[in-house]
Amino acid sequence: MIRIITFITTFLFLIFGSANADQKKVGFIYIGPPGDHGWTYMHDVGRKYMESQLGDSISTTYIENVPENADAVRAIRKLADSGHDLIFTTSFNYMDQTHEVAKDFPQIKFEHATGYIQADNVATYSARFYEGRMIEGHIAGHMTKTNTIGYIASYPIPEVVRGINAFYLAASKVNPDIKMKIIWVFTWYDPGKEADAANTLINQGADIIVQHTDTYAPCQAAQKAGVLAFGQASNQEEFCPDSHLTAIEDIWGPYYAARAKAVVDGTWSSGDTWDGMDKGMVVMSPYNTKLMPASLIQEAVNMEVAIKDGTLHPFTGPIYNQAGEIVVPEGEVAPDGMLLGMNFYVQGIDGEVPQ
Amino acid sequence: MNLLSPSIVPRTQISSYVNFLVPLIAIILTLLTGSLIFSLLGFNPIHSLYTFFISPISSLYGFSELLVKATPLALIAIGLSYCFKNNIYNIGAEGQLIMGAIFGGGVAIYFYNVEGFWLLPLMLLAGVIGGSLWALIPALLKTKFNTNEILTSLMLVYVATFILDYLVVGPWKDPSGFSYPKSRPFNESARMPELFDGLRVHFGLIITLFLVFISWFIFSKTIFGFQLKVSGLSIKAARFAGFNQNKLIISAFIICGGFAGLAGLGEVSGPIGLLYRDISPNYGFTAIIVAFLGRLHPVGIIFSSLIIALTYLGAEDAQVFLQIPSAVGFIFQGLVLFYLLGAELLVNYKIQFGKIS
Repeated sequence: MIRIITFITTFLFLIFGSANADQKKVGFIYIGPPGDHGWTYMHDVGRKYMESQLGDSISTTYIENVPENADAVRAIRKLADSGHDLIFTTSFNYMDQTHEVAKDFPQIKFEHATGYIQADNVATYSARFYEGRMIEGHIAGHMTKTNTIGYIASYPIPEVVRGINAFYLAASKVNPDIKMKIIWVFTWYDPGKEADAANTLINQGADIIVQHTDTYAPCQAAQKAGVLAFGQASNQEEFCPDSHLTAIEDIWGPYYAARAKAVVDGTWSSGDTWDGMDKGMVVMSPYNTKLMPASLIQEAVNMEVAIKDGTLHPFTGPIYNQAGEIVVPEGEVAPDGMLLGMNFYVQGIDGEVPQ
Repeated sequence: MNLLSPSIVPRTQISSYVNFLVPLIAIILTLLTGSLIFSLLGFNPIHSLYTFFISPISSLYGFSELLVKATPLALIAIGLSYCFKNNIYNIGAEGQLIMGAIFGGGVAIYFYNVEGFWLLPLMLLAGVIGGSLWALIPALLKTKFNTNEILTSLMLVYVATFILDYLVVGPWKDPSGFSYPKSRPFNESARMPELFDGLRVHFGLIITLFLVFISWFIFSKTIFGFQLKVSGLSIKAARFAGFNQNKLIISAFIICGGFAGLAGLGEVSGPIGLLYRDISPNYGFTAIIVAFLGRLHPVGIIFSSLIIALTYLGAEDAQVFLQIPSAVGFIFQGLVLFYLLGAELLVNYKIQFGKIS
């Protein structure tokens, strides 16, 4: 009898024992492949950073190319069912699906990137990308020769509209003649569509391409056409060395490590995190010295310092909406509430936010 | 002529086991090639195949997910078999699915604040009409102007996608949805009832099984089914027998479109519950593989829809438990189709070395 029990326990140990019993499992849902060298890539970099910081106390897995539809529920549930303790869903439109699964697994912690709805076991987190947009706008205002900027936008949600406004406010400050051409591609990840949009904008006279999508395709299209571009989410200079001015890098690693550590320590609690340059969540890629004059690089670096110490805010009044009404009075900065719900263009941008 | 050069000649006699044998051989070869790929990647092939094909359905929830995924595939594939049996290559089931979702979903959005037992049946009807109307376009183009239905039906997929885009970005957008391109959520009575508590498998499964049975009856017991088959095998024979070819083409398209539309409606009123751009992960195209893997036979299609659905679920388990990229799922789908077409060739033809007698 004892032999049988020994046998069974040994057998069970062989099956389950390889994993440390205290080890926490952390899972990720990715909208694209980590090889997009943009949005998903940076989440994967964050995941690896978390692994390197926490060592054996955690193990990580991910599911890539998860469409933002009914399939996402199954993928998230797959992670929940297979014993994950903490699950990051890293795209805005996983919101409903994350909450649907989270409801059924109250003991599992969920973290939804760029979302705005929290629950007891669902936290949200995002970065103040608009701080980087301000610096990009400043650079573009100086660098453009045609005074036309091509902007590839994904979905008309506040996060994207905020980026467009922050960019335009800074650009028009140094160059009042600047015009923005905006194409809404209604996708986060579609290299073909992103490149098409870039080419259309270039044909319409844009000599700087800005994007709010996930891949380096627009930057490559700019390189081919001989115009300038900003990378997105990660440093994409290797894909377009002659076009890449700088990029807004999303640095998720420290946040991921802190949240996983909180799960290991049993101190995790829900909440909303929205950090920017001061916390290192938004970082500018090295400025391209081949393309930009040293004085402009110095200005950009100074802006970074000022944003970090709080003396410079991209949404400082006076700011007017397209109807000419003042929305942020002189001397004030836009409150977070306005930024989070921003669904209007500021004065000077042509066209309308798709409604 | 060189006596040693191989040539392909038609077989005069085809064994009757073929219908079962061909898919079976294709699947076995797929598994063998799959294990070879896994071994080359440095994984234990048996464990990998287990993770890919068994572990996804080892729980009740997993099995229910398999049925959720297989339901639209089977429904569209059985519809496609009406067309394919008649040698009509309707490639546009994806567009017909989207149109069904638009028509049926439109009803749900129109009555967003009205509940009632009549709502779901009305949506089902609208879904069928939407898909059928969309399929009617290539059918009429073919019968009136003799256009190539492969091109017209395929191109209409993109038109349907853009119409859905327009609707969810514009007039049907959820007013409280932060201008995100999606519709209002459907109300409770516009949702397919779930068959079991806590599982996503829904009433669409029953409808699908019913329609598969009806289709089996039509194919094997009715004159219409016989006409489809005959005109698929030989148009001349069909004409000689006095079958109205145009009528057959139009009916096949309408039935196929209706089934695809129903599948689309089943998706948006079942697991999704609202309209947005990505309602279908290309079910309409994948169903083409399902139809041929099932050899256009209702029972075969049930099995093949389960197998293809499994490749989707397996790809997720392979990522979670083996850290294999998601592309492996598509590799399996590709392998199955490749071997299936290869085996098909060898069933109908034989390779003969030397001179053709």
